[in-house]
Amino acid sequence: MTKAVSTQAELVERSLKKRYRAEKRFKIAGIISISVGIAALFALFIEIFGNGIGGFSQTKIKLDIVLDSEELEIYDVNNEEEVSNGYYEGVIRLALRKKFPEVKSRGDRRKLYSMISDGASYRLRDLVMADTSLIGQTKTFWFLADDDFDTYFKTLLDGDPYTARVDEKQRAWVDQLIEEGNIEKGFNTAFFTSGDSSEPELAGILGAVIGSLLTLAITLALSFPIGVAAAIYLNEYAPKNRLTELIEVNIRNLAAVPSIIFGLLGLAIFINLFGMPRSVPTVGGLVLTLMTLPTIIMSSRAALEAVPPSIREAALGLGASKMQTILHHVLPLALPGMLTGAIIGMAQALGETAPLLMIGMVAFIVDVPSWFTDSATVLPVQIFLWSDSPERAFVEKTSAAIMVLLLFLIFMNTMAVLLRKKLERRW
Amino acid sequence: MVALAFFAGRSRSLAIATNVGGIPYLNSLPFYYGALTAVWCAIPSLVVLLIWNFADNYFISNMIVAELPESALELVEGKKDLLVNQVYNVAEGIMPREMAPDYIVAASERLEVILWWNRMLLAVVCLSIGILGSLFVWMKITPKFKARLHVEGVFLGVLFVSACIAILTTVGIVFSVLFESIKFFTKVPITEFLFGLEWSPQMAIREGQQGSSGSFGAVPLFVGTLLIAAIAMIVAVPTGLMSAIYLSEYADRRIRDWVKPALEVLAGVPTVVYGFFAALTVAPFIRDMGIGLGLDGFMTISSESALAAGLVMGVMIIPFVSSLSDDVINAVPQSLRDGALGLGSTRSEVIKQVVLPAALPGIMGGILLAGPRAIGETMIVVMAAGLAANLTMNPLDSVTTVTVQIVTLLVGDQEFNSPKTLAAFALGLVLFIVTLGLNYLALHIVKKYREQYD
Amino acid sequence: MIKMAEDVKDEQKMQSAEPSAAENDSAGPQDMSAKIQGTVGRPFVDDAKIKMRGVNVFYGEKQAVFAVDLDIKENEVISMIGPSGCGKSTFLRCINRMNDTIDICRVEGSIQLDGMDIYESKLDVVPLRARVGMVFQKPNPFPKSIYDNVAYGPKIHGLVSRKSDLDEVVESSLRRAGLWDEVKDRLDSPGTGLSGGQQQRLCIARTIAVSPEVILMDEPCSALDPIATAKIEELIAELSENFTIAIVTHSMQQAARVSHRTAYFHLGNLVEVNETDKVFTNPDHDLTEAYITGRFG
Repeated sequence: MTKAVSTQAELVERSLKKRYRAEKRFKIAGIISISVGIAALFALFIEIFGNGIGGFSQTKIKLDIVLDSEELEIYDVNNEEEVSNGYYEGVIRLALRKKFPEVKSRGDRRKLYSMISDGASYRLRDLVMADTSLIGQTKTFWFLADDDFDTYFKTLLDGDPYTARVDEKQRAWVDQLIEEGNIEKGFNTAFFTSGDSSEPELAGILGAVIGSLLTLAITLALSFPIGVAAAIYLNEYAPKNRLTELIEVNIRNLAAVPSIIFGLLGLAIFINLFGMPRSVPTVGGLVLTLMTLPTIIMSSRAALEAVPPSIREAALGLGASKMQTILHHVLPLALPGMLTGAIIGMAQALGETAPLLMIGMVAFIVDVPSWFTDSATVLPVQIFLWSDSPERAFVEKTSAAIMVLLLFLIFMNTMAVLLRKKLERRW
Repeated sequence: MVALAFFAGRSRSLAIATNVGGIPYLNSLPFYYGALTAVWCAIPSLVVLLIWNFADNYFISNMIVAELPESALELVEGKKDLLVNQVYNVAEGIMPREMAPDYIVAASERLEVILWWNRMLLAVVCLSIGILGSLFVWMKITPKFKARLHVEGVFLGVLFVSACIAILTTVGIVFSVLFESIKFFTKVPITEFLFGLEWSPQMAIREGQQGSSGSFGAVPLFVGTLLIAAIAMIVAVPTGLMSAIYLSEYADRRIRDWVKPALEVLAGVPTVVYGFFAALTVAPFIRDMGIGLGLDGFMTISSESALAAGLVMGVMIIPFVSSLSDDVINAVPQSLRDGALGLGSTRSEVIKQVVLPAALPGIMGGILLAGPRAIGETMIVVMAAGLAANLTMNPLDSVTTVTVQIVTLLVGDQEFNSPKTLAAFALGLVLFIVTLGLNYLALHIVKKYREQYD
Repeated sequence: MIKMAEDVKDEQKMQSAEPSAAENDSAGPQDMSAKIQGTVGRPFVDDAKIKMRGVNVFYGEKQAVFAVDLDIKENEVISMIGPSGCGKSTFLRCINRMNDTIDICRVEGSIQLDGMDIYESKLDVVPLRARVGMVFQKPNPFPKSIYDNVAYGPKIHGLVSRKSDLDEVVESSLRRAGLWDEVKDRLDSPGTGLSGGQQQRLCIARTIAVSPEVILMDEPCSALDPIATAKIEELIAELSENFTIAIVTHSMQQAARVSHRTAYFHLGNLVEVNETDKVFTNPDHDLTEAYITGRFG
């Protein structure tokens, strides 16, 4: 017996080295797996932040503008139409020519004019229209630079200038402006105060943000009450029958249906059958409602299940009706959990893109929407549109818009976590 | 008005209560009398409002068509809708009056009158129905009237209707994709769609062109979808599974408290962000690397590659696989682990030879649940995979997927009933059936697995 | 000699694994615990296989086992009895360090197997558990075939090199566990398909296939019916020829039937250790007498 035992111990001992190598390999595989996930997360964030941070600043060029009424072709400052049709582009060009008198040829002049954003003349017009007394004066303005110059100047400041879109002459002009202190990088207010534009320096996310908010408002207003009502029915009332089972299976399956299918539904039913308009937050909200409903129903049901049966029994025992029990006792206790689920569902809806493409919220819309029936786009769709644009300046705009979107999502998720923590109840 | 009805009902019940000797003598609390009156005021008029809104377009169009001269109708031959649209456009000022023919202008003026009457009539009808409904209840309020029961009945009804929306949604999806698909299959035979090897719907744009029907063989799309989904699963399944194992069996609590939420962040990033990342960073990187390795001599290397889209999609699915695996692994009873440990197994032996085989059905279910995500994912492939319907298994080449084609076919201007548009719905039908099937199978497996250890 | 918990486990898992000893629901009258002063009887033997001195076990703040001294002789069957929550299962799990899997559990004192301290910090638990096998309360066959269940241990430890040797080990283990005749025609069917008693014998076969020196049994019959229990008891008697066996049991009759010596635990204290006959006929300690005569437990 002793002999056999010692062989066993020896054999085990002999196998150990190999087994511990396998153990180590297995553990390392686990660490590598986790590192892959974390590394991907970091790569994503670093890439977005690295690209996007530039999107929040914008190059501006200082010009002395002579608001000469002749040049503007405005003779009667009280005639609104005349003021609004003034030749503002002309005075800006004049100011540029004055600054760079050596530029003579037509081609060079066109290059010179292109330094200033197309939006500058509109801005000047708005300023003059607000205060007609400016006409006749000489004023100093900071105008937005065109996107190619903006990119060049910003990359120049970072030490690695991107010169593909500006030639030598233009670079010399920029150098001259830098010397005179007439060019600088400032906060990009246009990004937050305007809608989309085909000019990167003028494009902003306000329209998309408002569109997202309007769409989300519809989604929340519809999906939360419906989701909660459905959850109450399924948890508190539903008899155990075929229909109930069918509803439950349906909800679980809808949660797995790809979002683009909901887009097809929206297109075929809401737009074609019901004749609703395209590109409006109302339809977007309806589609997202159907998409987020399963999430909200499932989290609401979980919240209802967390309410102990003793509470229901206590209320029913006092002679409260079922509806009173639910409305007065169960629902208030389950509400925090339901709200958390709703916020998570909203975060999901906020990041959703594909179904909204189907219902035409992908149109190029300059105006900032103001109501649920205005044409609008949403933030993720805006990101999609910009990421498709060839201009290099849109890369940083896209990344900046992503940063804003992520900020919203982080905010919502933090809210959900805090809400859960704060209102958590221990039985 | 609803509020008014509520107070009317409530005060009536209070008045009656004082007659019979106080609130306790009423069958229900005054609140319920008020609520019931309000419900009777609101619901019928809302129903009428909804029906009216859907119906009025049809009637008004017919009235307008009746207004139009015969000659005009003959002119456009069967395209009444077009004319009616013109009338609407003129009436709303979208189309300048000067450009429209006289009869359209006349009809548009008539339309404005009709619309005004329509609105007025609707308001009157709704209001009167509301008042009638409230009155009906108001009259019935007596001490014995069981208002609470009626209110609870309505409450239950509302809840039930809400729950049924899930079914309605499914029905809506089925109808919307099925009908359009059937229309599509009358134009393109279903066998060609399912087994055809060439996909070029773009040819169908110009009508009357030779071969304008395009070719709708969806096999390249299916292959592309499966190729990308397979790459994604190859990335996500081992990584997600090993992460879950490491976190639940090896990592100490501090590490787990940090890593788990970080992985969950990965799940919360919108897909459009992943798409941007794939297109901007990953795809060029892979192309450069492919060329750097000298692979371009052997195969096509495209700037929009299946590999880029698949890799990024895989990263997106990691947290999904990992959280499902985590659940499944934790469901394996501790007694099994004890049994193996008691025999002198190392940790990895316990996991590899006892826990994983025991959890296998659950893990398979989880993988099947991840499948629909990969197949149905849209934005990443739209932005990073490309449009070329290449029938290839080369991961460095550009392929297209079902979802990409749905998006390209339906975004932008489109005419309904063209095979191009309908094809998108047929693709949607395939996608819906496949994801639903996978999901059903997965839920079934997971359920069976859960029962095994409960 | 302090053993810190090195494994972090899910809280949930921990709770499910925590033996009932931690609950500490005192079964006996409180005044009786005051009488416990050391262990009476014969806790020590001359040629001890396992030598335990001053073993204390803690779950977090709570102490579950108090300063236990005990020797176990080679090839003897020692049973541990006592009211539920008395720490006997916890104590048993110390002997092959199964308590390592519970992260809040901490063990003090010394336990020596053939003179080797098993709580030494550098000691590898894997070969230890190969030498000290364990059978659990609930039959826990792996979700594999019967054959693979038994072959698992020899395979991982590299005890056999040829398939024919493995077949031999499986057959002899199943034979010794008295299961061979019942399963020899369906070695490929899953172990979970057997009846409860068969499953437990399969677990025993699985344990002896590793040919350990000591087998720990934690209430091996508590989930079984009387006929299956009788079979397991017979088996224990046979196994005691080759193995040292420590068995925790709820049933005094079982302890009386299978064991040479019996240890009585009370509220985490080892009260009495004596020859089984003596414990059940003429115990040295009042508490033991109170327990075996059914005054509590």
